[in-house]
Amino acid sequence: MNASIQVPWQAEVVSRVQETPSVFTLGLRLDDPAAPAPYRFAPGQFNMLYLYGVGEVPISVVSDPEHDDEIQHTVRAVGRVTHGLAALHPGDQLGLRGPFGRGWPLEAAVGRDLLLVTGGLGCAPVVSVINYAMQRRERFGRLGIVQGVKHMDDLIWRERYEAWAGQPDTQVQLAADVAGSGWNWHVGLVTDLFDRLGMPLDQALVMLCGPEPMMIAAIRRLLELGVEAESVWLSMERNMQCAVGLCGHCQYGKDFLCRQGPVFNYPDIRDRLGVKGF
Amino acid sequence: MATGGASPGWRGFLPREAFDTLLRALEAAGYECIGPRVEDGAILYRGLSAGSDLPQGVEEAQAPGHYRLQHTDTPRCFAWAVGPQAIKPHLFTPREALWETERDADGRLTFRPVEPGPRPLAIIGVRACDLAALALQDQHFLRAGNADPYYAHRREGLFLVAVNCTHPAATCFCVSTGDGPQAGDDCDLALDELDEGYAVRAASSKGETIVQQLPLQALTEAQQAQIGREREAARSAQQRTMPAGNLRDHLFNAWEHPRWAQVAERCLSCGNCTSVCPTCFCHQQVDVPTLDGGNATHYREWDSCFTQNHSYIHGITLRPDTRSRYRQWLTHKLGSWHDQYGRSGCVGCGRCITWCPVGIDITEEVSALLAEAGK
Ligand SMILES: Cc1cc2nc3c(=O)[nH]c(=O)nc-3n(C[C@H](O)[C@H](O)[C@H](O)COP(=O)(O)OP(=O)(O)OC[C@H]3O[C@@H](n4cnc5c(N)ncnc54)[C@H](O)[C@@H]3O)c2cc1C
Ligand code: SF4
Ligand code: SF4
Ligand code: FES
Repeated sequence: MNASIQVPWQAEVVSRVQETPSVFTLGLRLDDPAAPAPYRFAPGQFNMLYLYGVGEVPISVVSDPEHDDEIQHTVRAVGRVTHGLAALHPGDQLGLRGPFGRGWPLEAAVGRDLLLVTGGLGCAPVVSVINYAMQRRERFGRLGIVQGVKHMDDLIWRERYEAWAGQPDTQVQLAADVAGSGWNWHVGLVTDLFDRLGMPLDQALVMLCGPEPMMIAAIRRLLELGVEAESVWLSMERNMQCAVGLCGHCQYGKDFLCRQGPVFNYPDIRDRLGVKGF
Repeated sequence: MATGGASPGWRGFLPREAFDTLLRALEAAGYECIGPRVEDGAILYRGLSAGSDLPQGVEEAQAPGHYRLQHTDTPRCFAWAVGPQAIKPHLFTPREALWETERDADGRLTFRPVEPGPRPLAIIGVRACDLAALALQDQHFLRAGNADPYYAHRREGLFLVAVNCTHPAATCFCVSTGDGPQAGDDCDLALDELDEGYAVRAASSKGETIVQQLPLQALTEAQQAQIGREREAARSAQQRTMPAGNLRDHLFNAWEHPRWAQVAERCLSCGNCTSVCPTCFCHQQVDVPTLDGGNATHYREWDSCFTQNHSYIHGITLRPDTRSRYRQWLTHKLGSWHDQYGRSGCVGCGRCITWCPVGIDITEEVSALLAEAGK
């Protein structure tokens, strides 16, 4: 019986970085003789990580697709499985199956200006693209990076954003709804930031992830600024049990997020986005 | 024994007393036979060792929220329409062990798929609507290039004996969905029941092999005419209808229709409809460790879009109320299914109407939603 796509491979934690009190990055190495070598994925795809005796959760891959010695996942501890994953250390084992879903349209992005928008806490899928583009800077035009958070303390990787801001042809804008001292970025909404980027957006390819209300507000503003609907891509989240199109939990209207998503082209989901109940 | 070409058609008549020869032939071919039996006041598919296990003389009364068996003096064993379940739980099982994890003293993990049970099944007495539902479950679980190995294993070994419906329930509407009451060729054998026995048709080469072992008699013209009349009567007896065609746009256009809130006042969100529905496929996964901590088994279990967890993502339930869950069930079943599987997910079996504790009727809800949505 070939059950491989539904049965995890064993993987070992080879590195662990605490990013904030609740966010950590696990570097994993596949240890299973049955696992594919090299492990191949596209930015925006995700793995199912299995914690022994507890269960599986979908987590995006944030490492570079050409460095398969360490498969990295940045995780926020929110519940049963993710709190358990937070307790793992180098040398510990867990299960991994994947990659699943469709990633970002990186072929179509070659030669274009990129605008990468993240909001709230859900930044891992887009950060993988920022890293990807930074490593292959010559392939892309201007790079705009926009991140909005509720509270300034929610921002992870502030130093990275500040370092990216110093790169040629790269504009970074950050916003926090609530900020105290030590915040020299914008106080307000992510939608305020597009005008401040100082780069034309009408030719840009946009990739977004984060809470749906933020993405909807951002898209509305971007369309006003001349971005083409077809150039907007977003990564969605729904409950996932199987990741292989069987369990029905990730349904989003006619689509199964684990197969047709999690990354969608905006016109394909415009009819459902933000409608309660989907 | 009658002989005939490959074209579908009756191969002969199997007297009721000779029904066991069918079971013996299937057993000799390696099948475990299951079929309808009365258990807990309902007709359920269970192990069948003789024709005398069948529900002879049993008829049923079905109505919204109502199911009762009654004993009559008919010699027939299939004088009823559908019980709460038929094929689905035997292929897509209510609980399936997918894999086991072994953890050694150093915390190292080994994963092993669980092989599904060995014996191929012969299911006797399935209905046309069950076969239509099976074709939909096949599309879902046997998707090209990505077949579910657990379902596929059971499906490969399956032998299906259909019995055409002569006693549709008041809740049935398979005529309007185009799925019954007469079985097509998606089975191995198809029977028509008469008082004195069964007209037999082989619908596959596996079925042909079995037919050749049966002590068939010639089917008389009078018997053929009787079957024709009963088939017609079964069609015209149906009282309910589902509006024809693809209802997707009508239902999605009715997303804010007040009817959803009205049905939600009655609906208990119990999920009975999704568990008796022969096409629903939702399931969740759970991991169950042994007490000594050295092993865990990973299961999938039936789930329903009526549960809180179905649409849960950290901290939010996207369908928090019964209104949005009932709407998910109906717009998926009768709407998105067209995009996902090329047809409606409803085969007109009426089970969700019968087994709904408060008697919500899918055909009535749809008419109300369409009438006022301007269809
Ligand atoms: C495609 C995709 C990519 C993701 N990438 C990341 C990432 O890179 N980093 C990260 O921190 N989080 C990511 N998430 C969210 C992450 O999967 C959830 O935070 C996680 O499932 C919560 O599990 P829990 O057991 O800790 O929480 P609990 O609240 O205890 O959740 C119980 C169960 O509900 C389900 N569930 C809960 N929340 C979600 C959710 N958001 N999505 C899907 N299933 C859920 C899971 O089965 C979970 O085990 C991603 C989600 C999706 C769908
Ligand atoms: S929706 Fe109801 S009538 Fe239709 S197939 Fe499912 S259980 Fe049968
Ligand atoms: S979402 Fe609801 S209606 Fe659709 S298959 Fe799952 S349980 Fe059935
Ligand atoms: S996660 Fe199971 S169908 Fe998508």
